[in-house]
Amino acid sequence: MTATTAIKVRGLTKSYGDVQAVRGIDLDIRAGEVFAVLGPNGAGKSTTVEILEGHRKRDGGEVSVLSVDPGRPTREWRSRIGVVLQTIEEAGDATVREMVRHFARYYPDPRDPDEVIEQVGLAEKAGTRVRELSGGQRRRVDVALGIIGRPELLFLDEPTTGFDPEARRRFWELISGLSDDGTTIVLTTHYLDEAEALADRVAVIAWGRIVAEGDPHTLGGRATAKASVSWSQDGVRHSVETGTPSRTVAELARRFDGEVPELAVTRPTLEDIYLKLIETPAAAGQEAGDE
Amino acid sequence: MSETATATAATPAAPAAPNRRLPSTLRIGLSRAAMETRLFFREREAVIFTFSFPIVLLVLFGSIFAGDLEGTGITVSQLYTAGLIGAGVMSVSFQNLGITIAVERDAGVLKRLAGTPMPRTAYFIGKTLNVLLLSVLEIAILLAIGVLMYDLDLPSEAGRWVTFAWVFVLGVSGAALLGIAVSSLPRTAKSAAAVITTPFVVLQFVSGVYIPITQLPGWLIDIASVFPLRWMCQGFRAAFLGDAGVSLELAKSYELDKVALVLGAWVIAGLLLCLTTFRWKSRRDG
Repeated sequence: MTATTAIKVRGLTKSYGDVQAVRGIDLDIRAGEVFAVLGPNGAGKSTTVEILEGHRKRDGGEVSVLSVDPGRPTREWRSRIGVVLQTIEEAGDATVREMVRHFARYYPDPRDPDEVIEQVGLAEKAGTRVRELSGGQRRRVDVALGIIGRPELLFLDEPTTGFDPEARRRFWELISGLSDDGTTIVLTTHYLDEAEALADRVAVIAWGRIVAEGDPHTLGGRATAKASVSWSQDGVRHSVETGTPSRTVAELARRFDGEVPELAVTRPTLEDIYLKLIETPAAAGQEAGDE
Repeated sequence: MSETATATAATPAAPAAPNRRLPSTLRIGLSRAAMETRLFFREREAVIFTFSFPIVLLVLFGSIFAGDLEGTGITVSQLYTAGLIGAGVMSVSFQNLGITIAVERDAGVLKRLAGTPMPRTAYFIGKTLNVLLLSVLEIAILLAIGVLMYDLDLPSEAGRWVTFAWVFVLGVSGAALLGIAVSSLPRTAKSAAAVITTPFVVLQFVSGVYIPITQLPGWLIDIASVFPLRWMCQGFRAAFLGDAGVSLELAKSYELDKVALVLGAWVIAGLLLCLTTFRWKSRRDG
């Protein structure tokens, strides 16, 4: 079965004055997948996503989001997408339930407001004013408002910035749940572990271009890169880089006759790969071809 | 309706069913008006700052300046009632909208709304109805104080109520549109109150709300005459003070034709300003 395409981008460009923010981006995001867009600030990531959301006009290229050109957004199209923007500093006097119920009225076929509040884990706070919620709880309200219209496609812009680790984990479960329900999710984030935990595929944008794209576990040759095997002997830490870590571990096991003290086998993390990708413009071009 | 729901739920990635009807603009507009009004009264600062301020001033001035205006049979308090109705209307329309929209824009609330299928017109319908309701309430309270405490006589002739009605409609519309337009001026939410309130306070002083316009120097009168507040107050004086107060006017006439002309011009100018300058994103958002 061929997956349908939710988002198709060809040769997207956008400049602000003399600054070329986006210099020819191609993207294909399949319906139902979680797609993470990574990249340093000012690399064209936000501009690209805002063009997809219909919040910004492009200069050139072709863009289709749910088969509609987001440069000419219609109400019908907006009712099929959900947008969770970066921080909204609204200190609202409305309660969570009032907000969610009110936003439900904008959509032709909304979810049940109480179910959505339950789903984002705010059932106990439904009667609380948004002003009195913690940062993480407010973010959950943002997500509730983003999904109340039963969107086929959800944009999440840096959804967990400022979260504590536990809140982040709970948030990831929420997003995974939405994905399981069939919602296509486009996520921007600065947290590489977040991209790795949630995304089926990631794209790294730097200097207005996509410098790498693919499965986060194999991105940039990550799976085939040399592993590092390290252990302790007589209080000294030893480490070797090897393309055959299993053999190294077997040898070590023989040498120690059983347990190797403080044994660790590591591959480059997504963060290592990411930092290498955004390092120099010249090195970037070839990495994309690895996938 | 429920059939549509099941169909959509079963195939989330399928194109929208053709019979998914979007809610009407008017319905969403009414829903926004209800929400805006409920939240306005929940926010104590806004109620005191924009809504109660003219009421407090009327009680204060009425208590300080007791007495008649020479040879007219009109008391100072009655004059203030008419003037503060003008200022009160401008407060809940111009000042209220100018500040709240600036704050909403800076906080990203407008951008979030722009990302939903809410028709943009519905946002303005909500604001307009909210302002109309607040204005009517404000006027009712000011009139009640005027009548009960300062012996203001409500107009008995239909003609003066007609004058009141058109001055009210033109005045509120112009001031509200102008408020929506100036909401784009403050750079941040923090500066909004200062940027919007300062010119408004100055305008009240030169437009005959606190000081009779006859006591101002000519150049100040010329400046005040450009803006709607002077004419709105003049129109309300025509409605509530009638013939008895006409000798207090600058031109010894209420100049209702000019009132209509200037207020009408501001409705058109305000609308053009809104259409050309309104932004859903904050300035730093580009």
